[in-house]
Amino acid sequence: MAEPVDAAGPADAAPADGRRARRGSRRRRPRPAVGRYVQRLIVVAYLFFLVAWPVSLVAKNAFADGLVDMRSILDDPDVIHALRLTVYVAIVAVVINTVFGVGISILLVRYEFPGRRALSALIDLPLSVSPIVVGLSLVLVYGGRNGWFGPALEDAGFQVIYATPGIIMATVFVALPLVVREVVPVLEEVGIEQEQAAWSLGANAVQTFRRITLPSIRWALVYGVVLSLARSLGEFGAVKVVSGNVLGETRTATLVVEEKYLNFDRGGAYATAFLLTMVAVACIVVVSFIRPDEGQP
Amino acid sequence: MKNRLRTAVALGAASLLAVSACGSNDDGAGASDDETISIVGFAVPEAANKAIAEEWATTDEGEGVEFKTSYGASGDQSRAVESGLDADYVHFSVASDVTRLVDAGLVADTWDDGPTKGIVSSSVVVFAVREGNPEGIETWDDLIRPGIEIVTPNPASSGAARWNALAAWGQVIKGGGSEADAQAYLTSFFNNVVALPGSGRDATTAFLGGTGDVLMAYENEAILAHQNGEEFDYIIPDTTMLIENPAAVLEDATPKAQEWLDFVLSEDGQRQFALTGFRPVIDGVEYGEVEGANDPANPYPDVPNLLTVETDFGTWDELSDKFFDEETGIVTQIIAASGKGE
Amino acid sequence: MTAVAVPRGRSARRRRPARPGGLSRVSGLGLGVAMLWFSLLVLIPLLAVVVTAADGGWETFRAALTNEQTAAAIRLTVGMALLVTAINVVMGTLIAWVLVRDRFVGKRVLEVLIDIPFALPTIVAGLVLLSLYGNDSPVGVNVANTRGAVFLAFLFVTLPFVVRTVQPVLAELDRDAEEAAASLGASRFTTFRRIVLPALTPAIAAGAALSFARAVSEYGALVLLSGNLPFKTEVTSVRILSSIENDNLTSAAAVATILLAISLAVIVTLDVVQRRIARRG
Repeated sequence: MAEPVDAAGPADAAPADGRRARRGSRRRRPRPAVGRYVQRLIVVAYLFFLVAWPVSLVAKNAFADGLVDMRSILDDPDVIHALRLTVYVAIVAVVINTVFGVGISILLVRYEFPGRRALSALIDLPLSVSPIVVGLSLVLVYGGRNGWFGPALEDAGFQVIYATPGIIMATVFVALPLVVREVVPVLEEVGIEQEQAAWSLGANAVQTFRRITLPSIRWALVYGVVLSLARSLGEFGAVKVVSGNVLGETRTATLVVEEKYLNFDRGGAYATAFLLTMVAVACIVVVSFIRPDEGQP
Repeated sequence: MKNRLRTAVALGAASLLAVSACGSNDDGAGASDDETISIVGFAVPEAANKAIAEEWATTDEGEGVEFKTSYGASGDQSRAVESGLDADYVHFSVASDVTRLVDAGLVADTWDDGPTKGIVSSSVVVFAVREGNPEGIETWDDLIRPGIEIVTPNPASSGAARWNALAAWGQVIKGGGSEADAQAYLTSFFNNVVALPGSGRDATTAFLGGTGDVLMAYENEAILAHQNGEEFDYIIPDTTMLIENPAAVLEDATPKAQEWLDFVLSEDGQRQFALTGFRPVIDGVEYGEVEGANDPANPYPDVPNLLTVETDFGTWDELSDKFFDEETGIVTQIIAASGKGE
Repeated sequence: MTAVAVPRGRSARRRRPARPGGLSRVSGLGLGVAMLWFSLLVLIPLLAVVVTAADGGWETFRAALTNEQTAAAIRLTVGMALLVTAINVVMGTLIAWVLVRDRFVGKRVLEVLIDIPFALPTIVAGLVLLSLYGNDSPVGVNVANTRGAVFLAFLFVTLPFVVRTVQPVLAELDRDAEEAAASLGASRFTTFRRIVLPALTPAIAAGAALSFARAVSEYGALVLLSGNLPFKTEVTSVRILSSIENDNLTSAAAVATILLAISLAVIVTLDVVQRRIARRG
């Protein structure tokens, strides 16, 4: 496959790794640098061995006995309920994280207030907490018997732990920094001039947000949402602790995977994992589809 | 491009509505409290419990009763109940998971006063080896031969994994050795250990995935694995440990739960356990052939020297302190030393 | 891409954004709401962990730190996470570069691959990694029960981070400055080093912080492959789990708190470092 000549200029052919850079500038290269092929090879090989191959194994094992495992999964009403619960929780968690994520990003980048740097550092913390500790911390505070707030909340009729709200909280917790970390660098990069221009032209906060800020962070937001969605679908450890795993009520898809695994139903475990992955892949593909080709000015 | 984005967002919103509309009805509609029993148990008896429930539904007491079930790792489940997970009947893999609830005031301390001392299912520690037993592992002494690679679940992170370490220690004492001998044996044993996965199931997976020559397993897991097509052999050593799984009804449980427990302990209930790999805890249970056992016609051969907690170790609390205390436990220290040694 | 045509040539060079303003009433309210949500969800639960650890007084902390097995586990976890983060910084930037600047058949497939490690339940990740890179490995690469297993599991779960933080910034980057540099005779390497890299540094640092944080907390994917051998392949999460299993909540909380402190330190360091680099470019 012949590499199309880049009209955008020589900078395009610059490989990321300087070791393979050709010295001196050249315009309109008739052939792409060897470096480019090497780059591609490295990236493809890396992704193949680390991701593609392991994940294809999931598919292979899910269909090792043909459609039997798939069918038994889809016929089981408890599993269907678990899948629905997972998707519901994931979507709610993503929406919450997106709304607060964008809000916090704007606050962190566009405003100055005491404790701004501290908040920025703290935002990343949830991701570094082991899932066991996530569950533990939520139970310590919201647990119905001995928690700080739990008993009061349950007396008021609102059960958090071992019910859906707890699952949502755990899921929001583990995916929290993702949207923020995507959006903040882009906001910093894009700069404030356009927003200031808009303000000086009389736009109010909402208009500025909708017409200037949001379009500029659009793709960062999309990546953040996709990452959050993937994380929310796949979260297992923290959810295990706070959900109570009650069949037909608080059991999520990842817990189904664990249960099948524990009962030596490997085919079922892989089939469920495959379904989960497919949902995530579907979202990612949709995103990839609506995104224009990169590299256009 | 902007239209595509709008379409995608619209699709997303639509699917969100569709999902939430049929998604989150948590409540089991209709069943009144009296007729619903919440079972919280460790993972392996799930199949047995389901079968027992089906049988119970054909009797007078069991007719019309619904179940809410939760299964998982024994320790996790016990801690969940302690933190507020709704439960009427619990079934765990070690006694300490029940005493945790007794200490929390959720279970009466008379739970183990019955004829079976609170135990509803049991099994024994076995050696799982590769098909055909290429290394010729038959006895405990074979395990500490140089070059033999052992896989055993980690006693520190899994309560249920402690049966294996207890068996290894107890068989030395039973054979006439002293505590010093037992300590020496355990040291050699853990020097041969190549993996300490977090739970029994993880250990089985690691073993089936190619790690090690021998796996310290439970007979019921080995039988269940066979029933699901896994291929390996298992050996019941002459001296081994009786694994006892306790069950209890909670203090504020619905009265039906006690009837359930009684049924579980009856012949019909115990038969279902036997068919899924557990050894019945009462005598005279008829179960025919048990698929997956070494000899389906005689699936649960008598063990010449059977170690039990009561006769060989005192109480579970005592042995917990002596062997598994985080700082001073004998086994804990041996494991730590084995890691530092090499 | 944006409505207002403002010269964006400067965006290729790292520059400070116009001085952020103070809080207006609306944004003040927004901050309050955000802080409330963040506190209820994250800060207070984490505080509960720290308080539980403090229950045992200074003794518990010291005991947890000086317990040799725990110390070894912490060293392994943090060390491996730093190594993996370093690799992610290089590979992640490279992958992002190829995805944004390169064009070839099948590139879209790569896009999809990157986020999958994230969506896979960690048990399944562990199972497939075990079958591919364990004892029965079809390619003869066997890392089961070695530190390589920890390395591999960390690498797997942190793949998306640097890639996904760098990609959007790279896509927004204006080429003018790069072209100008090239036309002035700068080599590609110099162009990359002095123009592109400084602009990407905040994004790389953000991704690196995420990558470190995620690696340090990983448990499920490596539990089957690593064998949990004390002093060799046992990670901190296993130590925490052991303490919990022994009903020793104070110890567990102490170890968790130490890990939190280390993570916070790394995150802050990354933040300081990236500011320094940005200032110089």
